[in-house]
Amino acid sequence: MLTILFDGVAYGMLLFVLSVGLCVTLGLMNFINLAHGAFAMAGGYLTVVMMNWYGISFYWCLPAAFIVSAVLGVVLERTLYSRLYDKTHLDQVLFSIGLIFVATAAVDYAMGASQQIINLPDHLNGRFEFLGASIGVYRLFVIVICGLLTVGLQFVIGRTRFGSRLRASVDDGRVARGLGIDVTFIFALTFAFGSGLAGLGGALGASILSMDPTFPLKYMIYFLIVIAVGGTTTITGPFFASILLGVADVAGKYFVPSIGGFIIYSIMVLVLIFRPEGLFTRSVRR
Amino acid sequence: MQRRTVVAGLAGSAFAAAFAGGVQVAAAQEVVKIGLIATLTGPQAASGRQKVAGARLFMAQHGNKVAGKTIELIVKDDTGVADQTRRIAQELIVNDKVTFLAGFSLTPLALAVAPIITQAKVPAIIMTAGTSVITERSPYFVRVSFTLPQQTVPLAEWAAKNGVKTAVSLVSDYGPGIDTQDAFKKRLEERGGKVIEQIKAPLANPEFAPFLQRAKDLKPDALLLFVPAPTAGSLMRQVVDRDLSGSGIKVIGTGDITDDDQLNSMGDAVLGLITSHFYSAAHDSALNKKFVAEFKQANPGMRPNFIGVSGYDGMYAMYEALKKTGGKTDGTALVEAMKGMSWESPRGMMSIDPATRDVVQDVYIRKVEKKDGELYNIEFDVVKAVKDPLHK
Amino acid sequence: MSAASATDLPAAATAGPASLRLLEAARWRWYEFLFWGIAAACGLSVLAPALGFTVPVIPTKLMLLSEILILGLLALSIDLTLGYAGLVTLGQGAFFGIGAYAAGLMAKYGAGVAPLSDPLLGLLGAGLAASVVGFATSFLVLRGSDLARLMVTLGVALIVEELVNKLKDITGGTDGLQGVMSSKVLGIWDFDLYGYTAFWYALGITFLCFWFCRRLVNSPFGYSLRAIKGNALRARAIGMPVNARLIQVYTLSAFIAGVAGGLLAQTTQFASPDMVAFHRSADSLLMVIFGGAGHLYGGLIGAAIFRIMQDFLSNITPQYWLFWVGIVLILLVLFVRNGVIGLLMAASQKYIAKVPPKSGALK
Repeated sequence: MLTILFDGVAYGMLLFVLSVGLCVTLGLMNFINLAHGAFAMAGGYLTVVMMNWYGISFYWCLPAAFIVSAVLGVVLERTLYSRLYDKTHLDQVLFSIGLIFVATAAVDYAMGASQQIINLPDHLNGRFEFLGASIGVYRLFVIVICGLLTVGLQFVIGRTRFGSRLRASVDDGRVARGLGIDVTFIFALTFAFGSGLAGLGGALGASILSMDPTFPLKYMIYFLIVIAVGGTTTITGPFFASILLGVADVAGKYFVPSIGGFIIYSIMVLVLIFRPEGLFTRSVRR
Repeated sequence: MQRRTVVAGLAGSAFAAAFAGGVQVAAAQEVVKIGLIATLTGPQAASGRQKVAGARLFMAQHGNKVAGKTIELIVKDDTGVADQTRRIAQELIVNDKVTFLAGFSLTPLALAVAPIITQAKVPAIIMTAGTSVITERSPYFVRVSFTLPQQTVPLAEWAAKNGVKTAVSLVSDYGPGIDTQDAFKKRLEERGGKVIEQIKAPLANPEFAPFLQRAKDLKPDALLLFVPAPTAGSLMRQVVDRDLSGSGIKVIGTGDITDDDQLNSMGDAVLGLITSHFYSAAHDSALNKKFVAEFKQANPGMRPNFIGVSGYDGMYAMYEALKKTGGKTDGTALVEAMKGMSWESPRGMMSIDPATRDVVQDVYIRKVEKKDGELYNIEFDVVKAVKDPLHK
Repeated sequence: MSAASATDLPAAATAGPASLRLLEAARWRWYEFLFWGIAAACGLSVLAPALGFTVPVIPTKLMLLSEILILGLLALSIDLTLGYAGLVTLGQGAFFGIGAYAAGLMAKYGAGVAPLSDPLLGLLGAGLAASVVGFATSFLVLRGSDLARLMVTLGVALIVEELVNKLKDITGGTDGLQGVMSSKVLGIWDFDLYGYTAFWYALGITFLCFWFCRRLVNSPFGYSLRAIKGNALRARAIGMPVNARLIQVYTLSAFIAGVAGGLLAQTTQFASPDMVAFHRSADSLLMVIFGGAGHLYGGLIGAAIFRIMQDFLSNITPQYWLFWVGIVLILLVLFVRNGVIGLLMAASQKYIAKVPPKSGALK
């Protein structure tokens, strides 16, 4: 039904904003950063702190989450991640898991282990009827924001010089360097942007998803599923993959609650069997 | 040859050094050790913290000497994984020679140690895990917390008396959740009501929205909810978001969903929610007021909840048992001493059923209201001395 | 160890046929005896008081040691696919769990009476059950990039986890499988509270599997795996049946993971859903990388150090030990190549740089 479709789309778009950073990082730097969820968690907790301790309006929290996570991303990228670009995928996995542990324990220490709850401004709460579907105001808000972000991203990547440099670096880093493109700078900037988006996603998702110290581990699987199904060479791929997965998950749980969790895993396995590169990929020379 | 020797030496010494464990220290005759196995990391961590805080508060209030013995509390984290719990329990019994085991945040963790405590004859005090069957698995289990059927049946009674003819239940898919939905269905249908559907959500579930939507679309008179306390916050958020109360559905549940520690952060939207449980931080007794005040002082930012009070009462049971046996640490005698014990706890009156070693206590029906600017579960009705209905 | 000595031989200098070279590389080294000696010694020193003498350092943690052996066995199975065939998988936890439940069910329905609940038969059952699933899903790992393989195996593992939870009537659901009572090992030794039997049993089985793997990786089959890991295209070009090999090694690795799972179920007397949980696969992968992939001992050493470190840290700080484990992991990756074994080898290389190698002859 329409309500479920709507909810699924909202969930999917949230997943997209959370995962797009990881997707670009993986596609660009071939770096498996499982700790991506930690940046999202940072954004979420920052929102909690800002709203619950300082009473700052929710609307300020969104850009703040983006900026703080982006800065965190730049700092970590320059100090730690950049040393690992040449290492094997396994080392990167090990490193990012170590980072998750550190982040989880640190947040646990600072904020306690319980779920954090924020109270959204009143006009974002509530529901209304539209074309037979029950629309939640906040989820509509999420869809709008994520939609704008997606359009913005597509514009940046497709229409700006930075975007074309980024695409060049993804397609073939060596040749890009040979053309004088400062790939290292692009790496840093992209990583920052991706982390910022994750932080923003965390802030947006704090009321829908559960925000507690185990967040990076719990949701890592979902991000990875989005990327595996969507591929890492475009951003339209993960976009459609997120929507597909969001709707499938929500619809599955609604219609057949007993096999709820199965559905997205099965979809992922099926897609990977038939198209290991993901559903929507450009061919890319590695 | 050189290289091999060196590598051998390094490998060997690294390994040996790693294995150099603690040297056995003979336990002094006057020390009684209690092994508290709590889940301190992972999704259930909040419950582990409450337990430990409750236990420590008891010791701070009553000292660490009882019946001529000094009590030592050993706290271990089992990370919520059952084979860890078992290994830690085994180590505590064999290496530390504990007189009591305590804790057990989840059912599988308690079940895992059943064969060990029976073999070693060590009493294990259950301070959380709420599935009925646990106390039947070993004669050395004594529970001071609660069981889900015990909490749910009074709620079903209240619902039947207050105009609930149809209901849907939404629970987390694991032992206590199943116990809750089954106990509710049985009692409600005995009183003439009907449970339209029993929805089970996976335990590790990030999104409750679709399940709640399904429940809403079924248009029942009431919706019974049960999730483990740490996830209650996000569930209640979704409940509010989905505007279930607005569509005329009474949202009810056991007190796990209005956990005292998280209640304030759920916001005013949960005002008026009816739950049944054995403990509220707002329980009106002098003992409870003292308990809450001292708990808050010792643990800033935390309010004691039903797990905290269970940790506290568990220590009480152990202390009293030692007093009754005159300080003797024989496991079987200690279990016997605990059977039939009855006392006033911060929660109200409680006792240990001599036949089942399970807790018998008063279950209150409460409503979420604002008091002194904070949200509390205010008790307005009570069912006295409720036993777990599933024990024969 | 074996790999290193095989590769640092100058090709021209070796007289003699390839089989001689293989035999030489497969010889048991000093330090390997030391490793297993220490492992056995840990079990013995606990008996020392009974034998009439005291050893100053007495490990009182037999249960932890048994667990390390079992996890080490699981890590070994991963090392087989990862270190030797180059397949990155996140799904070994599923095979481990399947093995655990298979052995658990056999013991439960045998009600403590042989032959159904005989532990060794149980392990065989566990291994077979796991390898059947491994074989069935092996085609999934043949295609795609590292990430695709990671995700597919993860997806399969998650599906298995959901299945275990759903099929409550068989597996006991979230509460786990209770009543796993194995009969006596070899009809003589019963599983006791103190963990003696469990330890020697686990040690015996682990050693057996290890010995088998060691023979395997030093055989032509093992070398073909290394060739595939190095460059699969080239291996195909010289006529190696790459896909067949990968399927074989994946199935074998699933068998061993299943045996490890069966061991855990039998020694702890129950099976629970967290034996199929994702964190099993992740933890054991970490242990292999930690210890150093491709040397067979990496998994065992990684498991030992990781678990002991975890136990040690969690005694000091029961709530925040994860933080320190994370720091150690990060430091390890930044400053050490190829895990702990890599560290040891690098250290020993520096040490012997001063000693000139003996000329010519096979070492």
